[in-house]
Amino acid sequence: MTGLAPPLDRLRWTVTDGLTLVGRELGRLRHDPGELVAALIFPAVMVVLFGYVFGSAIQVPDGGDYREYLMPGLFAMVSFSALLGVMTRTAADASRGVMDRFRSMPMARSAVPFGQTGADLLTGLLMLAIMVGAGLLVGWQPHRGLIPAAQAFLLMVVLRYALSWVGVYVGLVVKNDQVADAMVPLGLPFTMLSNAFVPTGGMPGWLRFLADWNPVSALTAASRELFGNPGAPSGDVAWPLAHAVAAVLLWSAALLVIFVPLSLRAYQRRGR
Amino acid sequence: MADPIVVAEGLHKSFGDTHALRGLDLSVPRGTVCGVLGPNGAGKTTAVRILATLSDPDAGHARIAGYDVVREAGQVRARIGLAGQHAAVDEKLTGRGNLRMFGRLSHLSRREAHRRADELLERFGLMDAAERQVTGYSGGMRRRLDLITSLILRPEVLFLDEPTTGLDPRSRSEIWDHVRELVADGTTVLLTTQYLDEADQLADDIAVVDHGQVIATGTPDELKATIGDRLDVVLEDPATLRPAATVLKALAGTDPTTTGADRLSVALPAGGLRLAGIVRELDRAGVAAADVRLRRPTLDEVFLRLTDRKELVR
Repeated sequence: MTGLAPPLDRLRWTVTDGLTLVGRELGRLRHDPGELVAALIFPAVMVVLFGYVFGSAIQVPDGGDYREYLMPGLFAMVSFSALLGVMTRTAADASRGVMDRFRSMPMARSAVPFGQTGADLLTGLLMLAIMVGAGLLVGWQPHRGLIPAAQAFLLMVVLRYALSWVGVYVGLVVKNDQVADAMVPLGLPFTMLSNAFVPTGGMPGWLRFLADWNPVSALTAASRELFGNPGAPSGDVAWPLAHAVAAVLLWSAALLVIFVPLSLRAYQRRGR
Repeated sequence: MADPIVVAEGLHKSFGDTHALRGLDLSVPRGTVCGVLGPNGAGKTTAVRILATLSDPDAGHARIAGYDVVREAGQVRARIGLAGQHAAVDEKLTGRGNLRMFGRLSHLSRREAHRRADELLERFGLMDAAERQVTGYSGGMRRRLDLITSLILRPEVLFLDEPTTGLDPRSRSEIWDHVRELVADGTTVLLTTQYLDEADQLADDIAVVDHGQVIATGTPDELKATIGDRLDVVLEDPATLRPAATVLKALAGTDPTTTGADRLSVALPAGGLRLAGIVRELDRAGVAAADVRLRRPTLDEVFLRLTDRKELVR
């Protein structure tokens, strides 16, 4: 088979192997759709819980329907879940010896992280489509037309992809599926410490600073802006909220620049 | 050792303050089974990980089929298979799905990967479970799937890291049968185990590893011969235990172990003594023996002697 492949061959195998691993995730999904359902139930519960229970008592800053305000936040939350999903899957592979099997095979070395993040992108699109359906059901809709809406979805996908690389890295470092599973609940406060559910204006200064600079906030603000949903920041707000689209792109670029090389190195490191 | 396919020379590996390997040497002739035997923490798994290119040695080097495991890892990976203590397969996929995926990742064509998957499932008796998710497999089935996953590319060298740890006796002997078949096909097997009977059953040569070094090598019979035969004595009267022990010590030159209220066991020097002489000496000391038996030592006794552990008392 392959031993020392010339660069072009190596690239071809990276793509082929990556696609095989994407196929693996789809196969898992087919045999175990429960995983996807479980991942979706949570945001669906959030739609009901926040859209109807808490939302009835929350005032949207410049008026407007709370569920219209909420949906971009939930889209951002679903995008953020890429980090947790990829982290737990990577850690499970590392702790169960699957990663060692990959490493001991004559396959393209960077195919594993690329395959894993690529597969997450596909499942992410599926989840996003389902969330959009849920949003339309509860009365949410984009108001500024097709192009800005498409831009908003594109931003979600880009940030999701960048966050999935953080997941690969954390999963490779943790290497223990139980630890990774235990870290998942931390995702909730992280996404809630943002403008996804309530405006950050009422938070104490230091908390507000964290929330304003949370990439979830930037994505939420950018989506509200592009969908024409209420709550788009105006006046004196933090930079990432005032320039939300740029902030999302910068966040994504920064995360990719840092975590792609870190992940590739962590995957290829042979020591233990 | 005409044609060693696995060669390790002076492997060193430390993790922090722990010296997992301290100059491990190994040489496995093509087409044989080498049993690497050692207690937990002896460095067996570390050695296998280095040979399988998963880990780099701090010092020393190793070659598989002539290729260096560090500098020519790609060539090595194309020639080896690894099945470990954990069943390293995707539990969410079916048995067939796993084999197809790993076949594709081994760069077989789609058709070839599918063909090979079914061939292996058939040969190793997993065809009935082919379409079931691995989550529902028994421990023995998982281990078998793990084993055949490492056979997709017909490896020249197969590393089996404690392949039967935690399995019931029946599943163990099934794995043993499979290993014997593979060896009959010409595969070289390097097997780590802490079960001495496993090494006795499967290995052509045994390397006993302790504290990160090979402390003895040889065939199971050679290893047993190095420590001489054992003499087991059962006394008619437990009260004669002490005089009997004195006689045996004088004969064997080492202290006998008491293995029961009325029984003693002692290692005889290589070259041995005659049974008749032993009985005569016991008689002369007024000890009546109900049973006196000379036997080859078990591999357990060889192992305990070599690794300098306390003797087993049953």
